[in-house]
Amino acid sequence: MEQLFTFGIVGLSTAAIYAIIGSGLVLTYTTTGVFNFAHGAAGMMAAFAYWQLTEGWGLPVPLALILVLVVLAPAFGLLVERLVLRPIQGLGDAERLVMTVAMLSGLIAAARWIWDPNEARSLPRFFENTDAIDIGPATVTWHQALTMIVAVAVAIGLRILLYGTRIGAEMRASVDDRALVGLTGANPVRSNQVAWILGTQLAAVGGILIAPAVSLDASQLSLLIVSAYTAAIFGRLRSLPLTFLGAVVVGCLESYLTGYLPQNDYLPGLRLAAPALLLFLSLLVFPHRRLRGRDTKARPVPSPSLQGTLLFAGAVVLFGLVLASLLGEGDLITYGQIFSFGVIALSYVPLAGYAGQISLCQLSMAGIGAAVWAHAGADGQLWALPLAVVIAGAAGALIALPALRLSGVYLALGTTAFAVILDRWIFTLPSFEVLGLNISLFDGGTVDVAGPSLFGWRLDDGSELMVFAAVWLALASLAIAVLRRGRFGRQLIALRDSEAAYATLGGNLLLSKVAVFALSAGIAGLGGALYGMQQRSVTAEQFGLVAGLPLFLVAVVGGLTAVGNGLFTGVAVGGSFPVISAAGAFAQNITSVLPALAGLGLARNPDGAVPEIRSGYEPLGRNKPVLGGLVVALAGLWVLQLQDVLDGWLTFGLALFLIVAAQAAATALEQARAARSTDTDVPVEWWGVRREWRREDEEVLARGIAGG
Amino acid sequence: MALLEVREVTVAFGGVRALSDVAISAEQGRITGLIGPNGAGKSTLFDVITGLRRPSSGQVFIEGREVTRLGPTRRSRHGLARTFQRLELFGRLTVRDNLLVAAELGSNRRHAAELVDQILDRLGLTRLADTSSDTLSTGAARLVEVARALAAQPKLLLLDEPAAGQDPEETERFADLLRSLAAEGTTVLIVEHDMDLVMSVCDDLHVLDLGKVIASGPPEEIRRNEQVLAAYLGDAA
Repeated sequence: MEQLFTFGIVGLSTAAIYAIIGSGLVLTYTTTGVFNFAHGAAGMMAAFAYWQLTEGWGLPVPLALILVLVVLAPAFGLLVERLVLRPIQGLGDAERLVMTVAMLSGLIAAARWIWDPNEARSLPRFFENTDAIDIGPATVTWHQALTMIVAVAVAIGLRILLYGTRIGAEMRASVDDRALVGLTGANPVRSNQVAWILGTQLAAVGGILIAPAVSLDASQLSLLIVSAYTAAIFGRLRSLPLTFLGAVVVGCLESYLTGYLPQNDYLPGLRLAAPALLLFLSLLVFPHRRLRGRDTKARPVPSPSLQGTLLFAGAVVLFGLVLASLLGEGDLITYGQIFSFGVIALSYVPLAGYAGQISLCQLSMAGIGAAVWAHAGADGQLWALPLAVVIAGAAGALIALPALRLSGVYLALGTTAFAVILDRWIFTLPSFEVLGLNISLFDGGTVDVAGPSLFGWRLDDGSELMVFAAVWLALASLAIAVLRRGRFGRQLIALRDSEAAYATLGGNLLLSKVAVFALSAGIAGLGGALYGMQQRSVTAEQFGLVAGLPLFLVAVVGGLTAVGNGLFTGVAVGGSFPVISAAGAFAQNITSVLPALAGLGLARNPDGAVPEIRSGYEPLGRNKPVLGGLVVALAGLWVLQLQDVLDGWLTFGLALFLIVAAQAAATALEQARAARSTDTDVPVEWWGVRREWRREDEEVLARGIAGG
Repeated sequence: MALLEVREVTVAFGGVRALSDVAISAEQGRITGLIGPNGAGKSTLFDVITGLRRPSSGQVFIEGREVTRLGPTRRSRHGLARTFQRLELFGRLTVRDNLLVAAELGSNRRHAAELVDQILDRLGLTRLADTSSDTLSTGAARLVEVARALAAQPKLLLLDEPAAGQDPEETERFADLLRSLAAEGTTVLIVEHDMDLVMSVCDDLHVLDLGKVIASGPPEEIRRNEQVLAAYLGDAA
């Protein structure tokens, strides 16, 4: 009985913190329409800043609190509103989502940069030296009492703000129609700012209150938010009272699980994963209103030509061959990731690019693929590779079932929860038996991974594995191009653009979604298996949620609808980041923040970098002499390097220079030619007068008119 | 037997009845019009017929079989295809691909490409075939919606304000298209505000007002119906 009370009080005080954080989340979502994935990360930053001020620099607690809550948090909220969110106000839900995911990833990376994660830090509880209060059979510490008092104060304060003040009314009104609010003389930007300031402050309060209970760790603190998400989902992202109720449910559940879950090897992870599990379930149980807003402008999905893709695939294999011949064994392991990351990133193209389903657990799917290959393919049996694909695909199909009910932010949340469940629980399990089947994943630590054996030929050195992975990336890119050009590709795009039209035409939403989730999880699983082979051994941490965010962000930056995205993301994450990191610790920190910064730049170019690069290189493709010269020069460099005349980095630098120079030369030549032929500047009304009428002109006009 | 029969359908949103005890039918190979002031419940009725919205009570029959409990996907196999008042084109696909999706989901998957070319030609859309459907003008987009519905080779074609945004000449051509479709045996149910078009092409009319059917019959009869005039022009008329 006493235990029941004690755990109840612990639960209620955690619930109070979740309620504070969750209400901040609901406040910003209802006012600005942005679901802030980085909300917990903001609280995490506040906790670290508070630690720095009090423990690090020895400032008195009240002063530190004022500095963090009244100066730093509002400043941060304003900064985020101005620099990150205002530019994307006009973009669709997906872009806003990516922005806050980029912020989450960036803040974790920044915190690890500023505060060395290898150094243990802890915050003392408030009033630690004051005696606890006895109430009946249980005791309440002053810290616990304080959290509950703060939560109640927050609840009352928010109620007064929203229903008793003018700015509160404006904030509630801008939920419905911001343009209309502007017309009535209110200032929607101001209500946004107020919402961000308050939201960040609430996150900061929550972060500072919860930090003493856990160790000060950037990703752990940021992900504590999962529980606050659950609370917010109870409130359906709108109702503050229901959010508080949700917080109580989550807080008590966690506390009682700690108290009453039996002790064995399989269940400690379940306790850690419980909030995520609850989030997943609550997403499924509560009905969701269709989220506000559609993509403002549909951007056509490029349909790559088969010939072009074949050329591209050939280039990928060639690139792999050249790299494999140039790199030493150590570098082969480092840069071998290029192609396996590429395959994993490619899995986003059908799922997020075509079907518009944003999943944040693709790297977890890769983890499943890697684990299956590690065990089933321990002796390199080739059949284990399709098995890895199939099992990862099956896991993907499993997520698709709930995905039918979820879209946009809710789906991203659901997949986040799924990734966390795998991270904290499933991937940490020792091997177990289900229905007589012995299942082992990472065996609670590291598993060794063997290379494949191709009809008796064992691939086990780095260069062979690199070429093997390059071939798979080429094949996967080709497969995606074929898919895009075919029936299924069209259907996926149609499904995203209008579910109603797709269904009334006879399309089966469930089947299509399950198929695309399974397909992309299968591709990710293949990528994971290839990654494992290259790394020789893998651990569960390599496939965690936070590890997967940079890959997702770079893929978004590359452009989710481009088939070339696999190579782009692979080269960026698996190639260029290690190159930059080689320059020292500072540079390494830069690379961990880079994907987030790139993601934040999304507002400038929502189509992504790959289409831009491709159109930039089109003049080179048309200019046969320059292209030929480039190929000969690159081949020459390669031979020189193989003869040890040039060293690896010099070859790399020269090759890069040649490629850029050739592109610049071809573009300049084409522009010069265009300038010489006078007709480019003839205005449309003079076509056929100042220059001859061409056959394609009618088409151009028709399209221009149709385009309005 | 009527190809489509809607029996006593009621749709309630909370306390508001968007449709109450609506009964209409559409005969095989005829053009049936559904008219009424804005907010009368026409689009809601379309949603009920195509399975996007489940009625609170009532039944929907297609060729005598009850389909009330079927979702939109399974209902489409009974030969239904529709257009949307608020355009629902696949904006990231070209016009041709919009039609291809419909044709490939239909029964004649093998010859989808030829079918699509035929329909594009018939509706005069060939020159727009490779245009991104998001860049079309409203009038053209509505026509593409009709084309897409036709690519599903429906027995019953439901058109929700297809002629809005068309000029008189285009409307005339559209009327011809509807007549020829009906002559080929396609059943058409059309919601339209252009009364000239409705009166000239429709064989039967149903008039909805405030969620209730206030009149049903041939156009000449409806034109003289006092209740209809009152609904359209106000009680003073």
